Amino acid sequence: MSPQEILERLTSKFPDPAFGIEAKLDAQVDPFIKVSPQHIIEIAQFLRDDDELQFDFLSSLSGIDLKGKLGVVYHLFSIAKRHKITLRVEVPTDAAEVQSVESIWKTANWHEREAFDLFGIRFAGHPDMRRILLPYDWEGYPLRKDYQVPEFYNGMRVPY
Amino acid sequence: MSEIVTTPPTSSTGRTLRTEEMILNMGPQHPATHGVLRLELVVDGEIVVDVIPHIGYLHRCFEKHCEHMTNYQQVIPYTDRMDYVASMTNEFGFVVAAERLLKIQVPERVEYIRVIMAELQRIASHLIAIGTYGIDIGAFTPFLYCFRDREKILDLFEMTCGARLLYNYMWVGGLSHDIPPDFIPKAKEFCAYFKPNIKELNDLLTYNEIFVKRTANVGVLPADVAINYGCSGPMLRGSGVDWDLRRDDPYSIYNKFAWDVCVGKGEMGTVGDCWDRHIVRAREMEQSIRIIEQALEQIPEGNVQAALPKRIRPNPGEVYARIESPRGELGYYIVSDGSATPYRIKARSPAFSNLSVINEISKGAMIADMVAIAGSIDIVLGEVDR
Repeated sequence: MSPQEILERLTSKFPDPAFGIEAKLDAQVDPFIKVSPQHIIEIAQFLRDDDELQFDFLSSLSGIDLKGKLGVVYHLFSIAKRHKITLRVEVPTDAAEVQSVESIWKTANWHEREAFDLFGIRFAGHPDMRRILLPYDWEGYPLRKDYQVPEFYNGMRVPY
Repeated sequence: MSEIVTTPPTSSTGRTLRTEEMILNMGPQHPATHGVLRLELVVDGEIVVDVIPHIGYLHRCFEKHCEHMTNYQQVIPYTDRMDYVASMTNEFGFVVAAERLLKIQVPERVEYIRVIMAELQRIASHLIAIGTYGIDIGAFTPFLYCFRDREKILDLFEMTCGARLLYNYMWVGGLSHDIPPDFIPKAKEFCAYFKPNIKELNDLLTYNEIFVKRTANVGVLPADVAINYGCSGPMLRGSGVDWDLRRDDPYSIYNKFAWDVCVGKGEMGTVGDCWDRHIVRAREMEQSIRIIEQALEQIPEGNVQAALPKRIRPNPGEVYARIESPRGELGYYIVSDGSATPYRIKARSPAFSNLSVINEISKGAMIADMVAIAGSIDIVLGEVDR
């Protein structure tokens, strides 16, 4: 299925504007579909379980700092149908909470922890929201664009 | 889980011993974790109840570093250091993504050389995986055989770009150097030399009675679980899923060659056990040799650099490109804001997702089998932690 067909299938299933489905199919290189962060779990469930779509493989889940907003980008693929789509949700930086898709794709478990670790995006419903790459007592979220490296970490000088 | 002990055990002096679950740390400094990985095992006697991996010991902020580069080409040495036993494929993934973002075509000779290098690298990486897996299980000799043959591949890389481990060889739009004139005969010589060695290695290790006993029916990963956890590469194919990005989401010129995708069939035990993951790697080396031989025959003459401005400024936009690295799906998500500095680069490393399934496949295993399971995933911590 082409991104256009996937979009049509999605909008016919979720016609309510609350789902915030908005396509950027003319975007440079990779097209993506923007959805509402409150409804990502229903959309994800539909994308995985629908017979026509069968998005069984969450390839990658990335955080992104959009300056004032934080985004989460989902790269989905279907091993059965061999098509792909990119989803994106956007949340304000000071209230960065997105529904977790861990219950749909287990890949999201570690990838969401990574996004939390490096961007400070909280995933509601995630069973194990801990830091993953950085030490558990690290302060701040390094991949945010306004991040300042702390001067000391546990009494050790950080900038070398 | 184990209701074997009905009365509390006592010592010979009559002291009653406690019988609760306990935590056993495997790593961070442990030869069988292939790097700095800490596996927190919750054990009930000899049986593993829960595995909690702790990663991040090798985190070097790859993604943050990329956002401070002044040129896309400067990212490439950093990608080398992610999966440090398969640097060529790391570079390959990045240049494929960057070129797709720039919408440029590279000369055909470049594609051929890249495929040859990537497949040689796959063999070198699988040789490490197989050799160290043998050591994990207790077979020392195959390791020496593997490293002897890997050395010959490193010699080929060294004569091409001067480096043996971290190459900085594939650049956006081309390569740093053309291959030297005697590369093609030397590479053909290697293929002829290496083919019988795969059989020797299989006789020595793969079909060895002890090795089979230690790996068959251990750490069984069902196909649906593998897909749900985002496993890829030999990990996914070992579970019987016929999926290889070189064939199913073709990049570069892989569609020009005849080769087969190897999948696990449960020949020694159950589909998706440790032995299946091992045999997929062993058979993939044969297929890589097939690809290399065809590429060496067909390679055209030509330029190894596409015409590109010194400072690359892709149009604003984003791309996710993925390649089949020795460990699986290596993806790069690149966002450009139109400047020469990448706005955001995320590396989706295959070992990261492959490792996340370890708890699922280790529950109920014996502690000794943990070594076999962890080794069969073939993690490189540089890539897990980035």
